[in-house]
Amino acid sequence: MRTHDFYEPRVSVVHQSDARVKVILTLAFILAINLLPPGTWANYLLFLSLIFSAEILSRLGIGYHLKRSLLALPFVLAALPLLFTLPSPYHSIPIFGVNLQISQPGLERFLSIAVRSWISIQAAILLAASTRFPDLMIALRMLKIPPIFVAIISLMWRYLFVIIEEATRLERARSSRSGAAPYGSARPGGRVWWRAKVTGGMVGNLFLRSLERSDRIYAAMLSRGYNGNPPTATIAPLNRQETLTIVLGLLTFLFLLFTGLTLGV
Amino acid sequence: MLFSPNQMHIPDGFLSGIVSIVLWLVSIAVLAIALRKTNKTLGDREIPLMGVLAAAIFAGQMLNFSITGGTSGHLLGAALATILLGPWSAVLVLTSVVAIQALIFQDGGLLALGANIFNMAIVGVFSANLVYTLIRKVSMGKSWSILVGGFVAAWTSIFIASLAAALELSISGTSPANLSIPAMGGIHALIGIGEGLITTGALAFIYASRRDLFTPEKAEAGTGKLVLIAGGILTLILAILSPLASSHPDGLEWVAEQQGFIEKAQEAVYNLIPDYTFPGIDNPTLSTIIAGVIGAILVFGVAFTVAKLQKKQAAN
Repeated sequence: MRTHDFYEPRVSVVHQSDARVKVILTLAFILAINLLPPGTWANYLLFLSLIFSAEILSRLGIGYHLKRSLLALPFVLAALPLLFTLPSPYHSIPIFGVNLQISQPGLERFLSIAVRSWISIQAAILLAASTRFPDLMIALRMLKIPPIFVAIISLMWRYLFVIIEEATRLERARSSRSGAAPYGSARPGGRVWWRAKVTGGMVGNLFLRSLERSDRIYAAMLSRGYNGNPPTATIAPLNRQETLTIVLGLLTFLFLLFTGLTLGV
Repeated sequence: MLFSPNQMHIPDGFLSGIVSIVLWLVSIAVLAIALRKTNKTLGDREIPLMGVLAAAIFAGQMLNFSITGGTSGHLLGAALATILLGPWSAVLVLTSVVAIQALIFQDGGLLALGANIFNMAIVGVFSANLVYTLIRKVSMGKSWSILVGGFVAAWTSIFIASLAAALELSISGTSPANLSIPAMGGIHALIGIGEGLITTGALAFIYASRRDLFTPEKAEAGTGKLVLIAGGILTLILAILSPLASSHPDGLEWVAEQQGFIEKAQEAVYNLIPDYTFPGIDNPTLSTIIAGVIGAILVFGVAFTVAKLQKKQAAN
């Protein structure tokens, strides 16, 4: 489990700018590109150049984002049938001696979905890689997400890696005693039902351990004076420069969206 | 343990802007109700409880078992959380899991997060709760029905949630409904068995070691009218709408056809009438709806029969 490389510390304009600015601009960016009609290639290209420049500014580089954006790639399969099911004009494309009839609107829509998805995930990666988790939570609070909810997510994050380690220990114990295949192609132990039952037992065990842990955490919180309200620091309002960045960013996205919607390709 | 992206988490770009926004609004509304309900019934210790259990569900999703040839089964956890925490807390816990997966791990998109919350935390929880509560009711609260109910609830949550995802993809014009719905539904009907087995195993373990967690109050929380009606409506709509959508060649093409049909109808109404003598009867849509309903009735029928038989045995 790659635990700590989600946030990548760098000294850059992107890392240093306020999390609220980044969250708002990321969401607006993704919303704008997903509202663009398919086939507006010029606008996709402009959005792509925007995210590429932000990636270079963040000093994480384009390559880093490309590598991590491969995560969403398998999902492209879901859109693949569009190539054959959308209406004519069809183009015959020879692949391995077979002439495939590929629909032109289908190809256009498929590529649009793939590009849209690829650009969107890069924006999400940039946000996660350049923003510390606590800053992200402050931004969520400013976006009017209920404090209880933010508190639950923060606590989840705080204990996530503790519990993942717990799960890793359970799994290591299982591998050393039962059920694990010694090498790739070997048959794992027991029948599949039995393996499923064992995994279920482990999940139940993990659940109980976490329940007990949450009791201890609650006691510890009480000992520090917890009274049911998660402590919240007061947040400084956005300064003029940050507001200006948000407004300029939103105007840019709006302009790109508007031209895409009205001018077509 | 490697982090494996889940098929059910829709990335950004695959849903149309409108579908994403509508599902965000629906999810926000349901979450607001869930926050109000849990605030009313639960004490201040619930914040650490829900936070830690969300982390446990996340970590539990990484525990897997090998099925065959490199494929492995693992947990989503909607049914397990619903049974142990009650539906409203389960909605919050699963929303936290899905939100962290999108926000930090990019497993599922940010704009698509509303849809992913809807599928996994809302549809998954409510359909699981409906099935579990029904089976518990029918069995008069016998302890074996925790396991049977757990299995069927887990399977239903996966299957119905995957139908929701497939339907959203086809409404967005991303995936033709006649392919995506049978494909997603079929794969997840199998994945659901794994989910059911793990959930049953977990429940059996917890029942053996901490029977007090299956308290009557927990069960009460799941029998609220609103919760059951919401579960019933979501489950039925998805079970009926999916075959309806998949019997058309393609969501978008279907719409296009309809538009073309209207144009043609305006041009020459009389030419069309002979072709459509009894609209609705010799109709693939209707037959697939009926098939879907019969399938749903069969599943429930088997559950009820098993429950009845067990009850008789217990009585003898």
